[in-house]
Amino acid sequence: MTDTATSAQIPLVDYLVLDDPVHLVANECTNCGARYFDRRNACAGCFATDFQKVGVATTGEVASFTIVSMAPPGVEVPFVSSIIDCDGTSVRANLLNVTPDDDHIKLGMKVRLCTYSMGTKGGVEAIGFGFEPVGN
Amino acid sequence: MVEDVWILGINMTKFGKHFDKDVVDLGAEAAMAAMADGGVTMADMGILAAGNLRGGGGFGQQLQKQIGQTGIPVFNVTNACATGATALRTAIMAIRAGECDMGLAVGVEKLAGAGLLGAVAQSDVDEWQPEGRFGAVAPTDGRIGTANMPGTFAQVGMEYGHKYGDVSFETFARISVKNHKHSTLNPLAAYSKEMSLEQIMGDIMIAYPNTRPMCSANCDGGAAAVVVSDAKLKTLSLEQQRRAIKVSASVLTSDPYTERCQVLPDVNTLTKSAAAQAYEQAGVGPDDLDLVELHDCFATAELVHYDNLGLCEEGGAVDFFESGAPWRDGSKPVNVSGGLQSKGHPISATGIANIWEVCHHLRGEAGDRQIEGARVALAHVIGLGSACGIHILESSAA
Ligand SMILES: [Zn+2]
Repeated sequence: MTDTATSAQIPLVDYLVLDDPVHLVANECTNCGARYFDRRNACAGCFATDFQKVGVATTGEVASFTIVSMAPPGVEVPFVSSIIDCDGTSVRANLLNVTPDDDHIKLGMKVRLCTYSMGTKGGVEAIGFGFEPVGN
Repeated sequence: MVEDVWILGINMTKFGKHFDKDVVDLGAEAAMAAMADGGVTMADMGILAAGNLRGGGGFGQQLQKQIGQTGIPVFNVTNACATGATALRTAIMAIRAGECDMGLAVGVEKLAGAGLLGAVAQSDVDEWQPEGRFGAVAPTDGRIGTANMPGTFAQVGMEYGHKYGDVSFETFARISVKNHKHSTLNPLAAYSKEMSLEQIMGDIMIAYPNTRPMCSANCDGGAAAVVVSDAKLKTLSLEQQRRAIKVSASVLTSDPYTERCQVLPDVNTLTKSAAAQAYEQAGVGPDDLDLVELHDCFATAELVHYDNLGLCEEGGAVDFFESGAPWRDGSKPVNVSGGLQSKGHPISATGIANIWEVCHHLRGEAGDRQIEGARVALAHVIGLGSACGIHILESSAA
């Protein structure tokens, strides 16, 4: 009983897969290969409607970032928003476990997927994700 | 052969805080002044295209009820920050299509004190409940990067740096120094104060590398333009013909699919496409432009649009800026109005106000900030989502 209670987890978003190893999954257009993280009606690139689930590389490099210091109420600042190039698939995520300044965050730096607990509600723990420097 | 369309009259209100005026007041002020500028009245208008995002809806008809109900078709348009340009483009299309020979486009916004735009209210949940297209159990902004405008455009600038070689915080800040300096000559700007590099870099950080003065200023304002067909213009007075400004190109694009565009908005591809179409339509190139008003919603955005509009070689935006070219005394003046960072950005007015700015120069009526001998100019806006409007304007040959 205690085991099930502590092991119940839910991902922050449905494209975060809490298997071992944890990874992101995309909806890939079987016609043109375009990848999406949301529920699809059709492909924005070629209009095809056939998709397959594909795992996304769990490491990548920082293609862009910003350190957000001002945000609407309820959003903790500062946080680092980033675009990660994961082997050709672009992913938006926070950079975690890094000092949020331009001495510590560099364009092109290598990062890897990581997760954290968002807390527990109704006996279910929500798991969020981000990317952290590979050196960590 | 598509008929030429001309700007006959145009106006922008003072941008800033208008606590005593509502959106209809500001729209009426701009619209009536634009018609007076063109020597025409509501009786001459065959179409009204009206842009407003944050009012209650049906802005065009509310405006008519104050300035003239003549039964003409009203198109209420919204297209994010390209709303004003979309209203203008709608009126131009109606004339090109032969539906009417004169039209009015109006864009207005009340934004003073609006805070961060694009912010989504964060709600507390009792249990984890997956919602929306990502099956998210909690608000994602701040947890999965950001989709808010300051962060998005900051990343747009940093992405340019990653692609073509790092761009320093200081370089972005210097762009803002330029625009704030330019604004000192613009009496209609919301802010017309010169700011030093130290002041700009030392101000409150919003989303690195954009500090507060490097972000567009929320403010109230309206702008309106009267457009007329070539045939109709020829029936008007010589004075009206002399002051008319030719619309050499009117282009609106949305963003075509690119690999990253649903993760970080691609504001580049649709701007490049709009620019290529506009230069083709007008039969001019970037070298022919005497001034440019481009959508500097953030300092980081201005940099990438030097490149997107072909003002420099691909990847050469930093060199272009460092050369001094986009200063008002440079070879390619950009945002001599002060740009959105100091003139202000009342969203729906912006895409007509930038046309007003360049028309002012093309008519030789820009006073202290006149770019001498200006004959050809380009006005650009982009709304996230995305929509890009580009107009190329030329002074009358007479
Ligand atoms: Zn496809």
